[in-house]
Amino acid sequence: MSGTGGAPTTRPDPPDPHHGPGGPADRGRPVDRAGPDAAARPGDDPHGPATTAVLDVRDVHRTHGSGDAAVHALRGVSLTVAPGELVAVMGPSGSGKSTLLALAGGLDGPTAGEIRVEGQALGALDPRALARLRRRRIGYIFQNLNLLGSLTAAENVALPLELDGVGVRQGRRAARTALAEVGLAELGDRFPDQLSGGQQQRVAIARALVGERRLVLADEPTGALDSQTGEAVLRLLRRRVDAGAAAVLVTHEARHAGWADRVVFLRDGVMVDSTAPLGSVEQLLAGSGR
Amino acid sequence: MSIRHGLLALLERGQMYGYQLRAAFEESTGSTWPLNIGQVYTTLSRLERDGLVRPLPESEAGQRPYEITDAGRADLALWFATPISRTDRPRDELAIKLALALTTPGVDVRAVVQTQRTATMRALQEFTRLKYASDRPEDLPWRLVLDAMVFQAEAEIRWLDHCETSLVRHRPAPGPGGRAGPGRPAEADRDGEEARR
Repeated sequence: MSGTGGAPTTRPDPPDPHHGPGGPADRGRPVDRAGPDAAARPGDDPHGPATTAVLDVRDVHRTHGSGDAAVHALRGVSLTVAPGELVAVMGPSGSGKSTLLALAGGLDGPTAGEIRVEGQALGALDPRALARLRRRRIGYIFQNLNLLGSLTAAENVALPLELDGVGVRQGRRAARTALAEVGLAELGDRFPDQLSGGQQQRVAIARALVGERRLVLADEPTGALDSQTGEAVLRLLRRRVDAGAAAVLVTHEARHAGWADRVVFLRDGVMVDSTAPLGSVEQLLAGSGR
Repeated sequence: MSIRHGLLALLERGQMYGYQLRAAFEESTGSTWPLNIGQVYTTLSRLERDGLVRPLPESEAGQRPYEITDAGRADLALWFATPISRTDRPRDELAIKLALALTTPGVDVRAVVQTQRTATMRALQEFTRLKYASDRPEDLPWRLVLDAMVFQAEAEIRWLDHCETSLVRHRPAPGPGGRAGPGRPAEADRDGEEARR
């Protein structure tokens, strides 16, 4: 929830296995764990919490088609992601996870509801301003890497910056930094087909992280990687989030969702449950006498 | 695994007394398996009775170290060489609980599934966080123990997903009151009938 990012002293609620949808009446109802102060919108109130949510999705609906053929991909989903927070979205195929990610990244617009990135309502931006926000503040990691084969790793990473008008020299410098962050400092001059699958994935992550991106959106980012390489990818994402970014990770693999601070479950376009935020490692160790 | 073999494995490193064994046991399982000192002494006396360990003279501080015997080494080697039988593990309470939930009137099985999935996911997050915090080379044994718990939690969640899918196909969805009584065929049931035709 918003507020956990900047305030590690806040003790989370003790884990409660009975915390889920309590009675049958709860089932299928959207779960909002934002608490009683959820109405206090960080983006609206200048005197509100110092920590503005990086992503604020509010009661979003997305319907494809109309009438009898209408498909309700999302039916009233709300999600807040604070700086330093990694939220995983789990659910079966068709539950709406990828739709949620596309909406959060401004790649698609909601049928109803509002999405704010760093306090800016995406719906209020003109197409150019939206494109600029997407290029500068949001990083995307997809299963399909979309690396350009005719560009080197460093050129691929610098591409979003150069599209944004950043000078070539400055773009390359930022690309080197981002490649170093993912452990590929030495391989910037290689072309994608000269890199292993895991290395290509790390280039794609460097491209998503290059510059000053505050919101990272990842859709099954470990793709077909083996479990060790996949874990390395998630460690990178985790480290970037710990350094102050916010991230949403869409996955159907529980082991990957385990890297998140909070896991939300989607079913048929509705959020049905969410795990309570984690405490510190010290608290976990103290309580690990299971 | 028995505490017995754990203690034998630790004594194979060298002689130790009770408190040292307890500390070493907890360290090697990353404190996930706390032992009380009584369990350690009870186990040691049984091992002694079976000739697998032998007590040494007490130290000046009044601590009595134990060492492993040749019979103990053979027993330990056999343990390492033998796969753990699935029937030696405790029965799966969750599987039994879900089986009973399916046949007990008035129980919202899907809520049982989701509640468990959320709790197991939360545990998986905790294991992952602990793993992330333990990246020194000497943390490897502890990381592998955590990995085992991660994979077990993952397997449980996959199984719960599987149960949920099966429920949609084979069981009437409970109404708002949570009762799936007779005479109230739910959508899922009709789907099931269509599938059978």
